[in-house]
Amino acid sequence: MSLDISFIGILIGSIMASSVPLILAASGELITERSGVLNLGVEGMMIIGAISGFALMVITDNLFIAIVGSMLSGVIISLIFGFLTQSLLTNHVATGLALTIFGIGLSAMLGKNYVGIPGKEFPVLFSGLKESIPFFGPILFGHSVVLYFAFALPFLTNYFLKKTKLGLVVRAVGDSPVSASNQGINVILVRYCCILYGGAMCGLAGAYLSLIYTPQWIENMTAGRGWIALALVVFATWSPIKVLIGALIFGGITILQLHMQAIGFRIPVQFLSALPYLMTIIVLVVISRDSRKIKLNTPTSLGRIFYKEK
Amino acid sequence: MYKNFLRYLISAFFLLGLGTSANAEFKVGFVYVGPTGDHGWTYQHHEGRNAVEAAGIKTTFVESVPEGADAERVIRQLAQSGHDLIFTTSFGYMDPTNKVAKDFPNVKFEHATGYKREHSNVSTYSARFYEGRTLLGHIAGKMTKTNTIGYIASFPIPEVIRGINAMTLAAQKVNPNIKTKIVWVFTWYDPGKEAEAAQALIDQGADIIMQHTDSTAPVQTAEKAGVWSFGQASDMQRFAPKSILTSIIDDWAPYYVERAIAARDGTWGQQDTWHGLKEGMVAMAPYNSEMGADLVKEVEQLQKDLASGKAHSFTGPIYDQKGNMLVAEGKVADDGMLAGMSVYVKGVEGDIPK
Repeated sequence: MSLDISFIGILIGSIMASSVPLILAASGELITERSGVLNLGVEGMMIIGAISGFALMVITDNLFIAIVGSMLSGVIISLIFGFLTQSLLTNHVATGLALTIFGIGLSAMLGKNYVGIPGKEFPVLFSGLKESIPFFGPILFGHSVVLYFAFALPFLTNYFLKKTKLGLVVRAVGDSPVSASNQGINVILVRYCCILYGGAMCGLAGAYLSLIYTPQWIENMTAGRGWIALALVVFATWSPIKVLIGALIFGGITILQLHMQAIGFRIPVQFLSALPYLMTIIVLVVISRDSRKIKLNTPTSLGRIFYKEK
Repeated sequence: MYKNFLRYLISAFFLLGLGTSANAEFKVGFVYVGPTGDHGWTYQHHEGRNAVEAAGIKTTFVESVPEGADAERVIRQLAQSGHDLIFTTSFGYMDPTNKVAKDFPNVKFEHATGYKREHSNVSTYSARFYEGRTLLGHIAGKMTKTNTIGYIASFPIPEVIRGINAMTLAAQKVNPNIKTKIVWVFTWYDPGKEAEAAQALIDQGADIIMQHTDSTAPVQTAEKAGVWSFGQASDMQRFAPKSILTSIIDDWAPYYVERAIAARDGTWGQQDTWHGLKEGMVAMAPYNSEMGADLVKEVEQLQKDLASGKAHSFTGPIYDQKGNMLVAEGKVADDGMLAGMSVYVKGVEGDIPK
């Protein structure tokens, strides 16, 4: 094995690429949860985004439309969730689970005609610089625009929640919807917006898989990444930056353990396979053991149904 | 009292008669481990089902059934709902199939790639995929520049280990410097993970990628990285037109049709089928012209010899990793040894996960 510096650069590059869907979906879900809504439909929204993006790519032959369309499809399906939980006051957990099951089934049905069609190459930025600069080249350059967006997103989310008035509104709604409502905030409207935003990000995460990472449509291709994103949000104690760290650790260990196998490390493979889950949990628990901060970040009314008495 | 009992008995007889006549239509059920749209393993079984349907026999299928407790429930459900013959198409369905078979002696079961036939109504069948692997190994040994072959493996079961060994032996024969690097992903189907495994192997110097998993992600990754690859279970050429050298194709259709008709006509009997290139259960997709005419000719000859029995994938001398002799010079491995294969041959790197 060549452990030289340029190889490590390539390795970090592929780790970044593999963590993109987790970052996108988890960042979206984080906003939803900060507004007090627990949407367990991440996996379902991702898979819908994946098939919509791929189908639109095949139909229109335009990747921009495909990406935007995948986000819209996420918005539409999360609207169902929003309507059920916010307007009809159904239970968040049950509705979210139903959304996932529905999404997987619907995507399989919609995707019947798109199986076996190869995807299109997605353009990458600065591919020239990737080759010419050792180490930093493969890390910083030669990625799709979605990847750059994904890596900016946690910082934008952090800024939004901490420094903007709207962010404060979202947090207020998540912590104490009754007080927020008394302050004249339209709690239901804010929650609707956060749900739709989460849907758009999950749709984009799915499209990243079907258009960029493994450009093709195959049934159930998200393979549980939505659940990992959900877990990341909780273990990162609702902090966007920790979500980014968690996603990178998960993606990193997943890829490192494959490399360790290929090199031939004499460690039981089952242990290596469990390592990503184990390490992510350990690291996130260690870095978020400040109970004061946890209290500050945890949306107190998460998953509770809110309705305005008339 | 006695009269009543007789009446019950008679009515029971009638009911039984009615029951069987109502269920008279012959039905075949299929249980799949993946979605029919995986374009690999399950896709090919589904093609086989389509052939049975085309032969005028009614079928049902259940897809994406996890190996484990769910499998037993699904198989039992199919048996209960009047299916006369049930194909369970994944290794992990072995115990559930035998368990359900015990409770439904009148239903016939066919389990793919397993070895347990605990009841007289259970048959097993599989294809000699390793013959295809031998051809891939020959090609890989000739085509590699880095002398490193990357192999994505699913679960440490004899079928997978046999494939790794057959490929390595054939590659060693044409290129003694060959190294086989293996990554176990512990899944049959996770495109993202399969792609990552392929990328890891490529980063580790492999310029040939092959896989014993079910999706097309590895060949696409190989195509992107500009290395050679092989399709698995079905012809995956259009997913990686430049990279794919050939694909191993599983063709279950003739077997499924034959067994369904036998069950319908009452001639079905328990058997253990293991068909290969000879019977056509294993077939090869067209060879990539980049291999060069000479190599294509060589491989086609080897394919013919494997089919006719002139050549065998496991011809001695074969040693395991520690240097113990597995098959003596001039002998070939018997089916019993092949079916239970659980050690690597010399030249494969790493340990088999336990």
